[in-house]
Amino acid sequence: MIDRGYYEGFGGAYLPEILVATFDDLEDKFIKAKNDPSFWQEYTDIMSTYSCRPTPVTFAENLTNHFNGARIYIKREDLNHTGAHKVNNVMGQGLLVKRMGKTRVIAETGAGQHGVATATMAAKFGFKCTIYMGEVDVQRQRPNVFWMDRLGAEVIPVREGTRILKDAINEAFRDWVGNMDMTHYVLGTACGPHPFPEMVSYFQSIIGKEARKQILDKEGRLPSRIYACVGGGSNALGIFKGFLNDPVELVGVEAGGRGLDSGRHAARLSSKDASIGVAQGYKTYFLQDSDGQMKETHSVAAGLDYVGVSPILAYLKESGRVRFESATDREVVDAMSLTIKKEGLIPALESAHAFVQAFKEAPKLSKEDIILINQSGRGDKDIFTVADAFDDPRWKEFIKKKAEEYNA
Amino acid sequence: MLESYLKSRLIEKKILLMTHIVLGYPSFEECFKIIETMVNAGVDLMELQIPFSEPIADGPVILHANQKSLAEGSTVEKCLDFAQNVTRSFDIPFLFMSYYNILFKYGIDRFAVAMAERNMKGAIVPDLPPEEGQDYLNAMKQYNLDPIFIFSPTTPDERMNYLASFGRGFIYCVARKGVTGLDTDFSGQLNKYLERCRMATHLPLALGFGVKDKNDIDFLKGKTDIAVIGTQTIRLVEKKGVGAVGEFIGSLR
Repeated sequence: MIDRGYYEGFGGAYLPEILVATFDDLEDKFIKAKNDPSFWQEYTDIMSTYSCRPTPVTFAENLTNHFNGARIYIKREDLNHTGAHKVNNVMGQGLLVKRMGKTRVIAETGAGQHGVATATMAAKFGFKCTIYMGEVDVQRQRPNVFWMDRLGAEVIPVREGTRILKDAINEAFRDWVGNMDMTHYVLGTACGPHPFPEMVSYFQSIIGKEARKQILDKEGRLPSRIYACVGGGSNALGIFKGFLNDPVELVGVEAGGRGLDSGRHAARLSSKDASIGVAQGYKTYFLQDSDGQMKETHSVAAGLDYVGVSPILAYLKESGRVRFESATDREVVDAMSLTIKKEGLIPALESAHAFVQAFKEAPKLSKEDIILINQSGRGDKDIFTVADAFDDPRWKEFIKKKAEEYNA
Repeated sequence: MLESYLKSRLIEKKILLMTHIVLGYPSFEECFKIIETMVNAGVDLMELQIPFSEPIADGPVILHANQKSLAEGSTVEKCLDFAQNVTRSFDIPFLFMSYYNILFKYGIDRFAVAMAERNMKGAIVPDLPPEEGQDYLNAMKQYNLDPIFIFSPTTPDERMNYLASFGRGFIYCVARKGVTGLDTDFSGQLNKYLERCRMATHLPLALGFGVKDKNDIDFLKGKTDIAVIGTQTIRLVEKKGVGAVGEFIGSLR
């Protein structure tokens, strides 16, 4: 399947010549690490002592009773250190950076989770750290920006283009082409040029490996369906990889934004609006116009608000192995609200996309069916966005008072 | 074709000048005036960049030019129409420069036909290494167009030979790491790199990234065949207007 990082025509490495040697070196170091049995051990050791692995699988009894259909389980990636699955990839790449002898890391971030995870890893390993973040995302994910600052990372707001995730990726590449000698670019999702899609999904596959064992231990059988939200696709691939060879239906849920008919969404694989193209170093489905110019995307969840999608998921879509759906901003806030009330769990807005689709399908399944939702991250970071969505009067009052204090 | 043109020009001149503009920036009308001025001032060949929304190898100046051109409504079709007009009006070789998605979405073969019909001589596609470019290489060959490949200071000797085996017309040597428009240190380090480039190919060498004045070009004489001025003229047009271009180009040699 893999040839220069190709997945049946998706992927590849469309690189400016200046980066070719860097990618050759990265691929070489990654393959060596992958073939070194002590590397995965080192990786799982650090994930179990520094993060919270294995993360549990939680039986959502109240949601199960509420929908009166399939038994609902939730994989708790929100319990990772830094609050999302992003740390899985970041710590793995951090170990590679040590092997490569580099001293500085850079990263893009959308929701800020990947930025916080990278800044955390850099603090722990003693690397310098620069995070590129679209100006729009800096506004909507302020709490994460605050923590990146505290962790000692330099956060650079990106004012180019659409000022969101894809533009942050472009700026990170522009940094890297000048500084590749001592700098590693910790790409946060299973996109970009080879070997990133393979490498990121390799580290994230720890989610699916654990989940498969956990669900078998608990129920003695496999789930019927697994749901994961899809931005770039790293959490989805992470959990899906554990079940690719099983008779389990895999469902990826993209950002439907204001609705697929509105044009204001980030649905690449579940809408008719995307077409195959090459940008940011790889070939996949992009939301682009007929000239090949990338379009503006929209989602309430900054982490899903991206114009491309993992080439591995594009391949799994074409092969029919993964089904793709979308959830609108409104549905997402409702699903989040229900999950908070029924289970006391606070999924991130990104993760709540997966819950939406699971909730649509759970009542139609039998009580014998098991479904598993990947809660890729926790929603605390979304407090400003969610408070707005709920139009929470007491929150507004608090913010006004706080602002007055600062003005005084 | 392009190679023999360049080599014949090099009999008369010590170093040739290639300039770079972004089509539709500041406007197509002004682009035409800039080209006219450059040709009159003795520029030997030009690259015309078709704007793209994600130009990852370009620095802030050219990035903004891409974005503004697109915001003003530039399309690939308008760029092709403009190219037709330019090649009819001026008697120097013109190349397209753009990112691969522009060619890919237009259709590689169809794009090559469009180039040939407009008498464009070749293309520079900075995010398309030969490993990914088989369709492009075939189409360029079929329509007698020159694919320009790029060397960089991080390219090992062996890979330079490999790249040169696909290139025609000339080789574009990137002077340093980093994006377009940053400063370049014209010094002994660059000499060594250009010697490596020269060893790898019989094609003429162009050097670009950070070339901005007569001193830089004097340094390059005898070491490279073509000096590429990109960001500097775009900056100049932004600061002083199209009128300043002729004098600037004239001052370079």
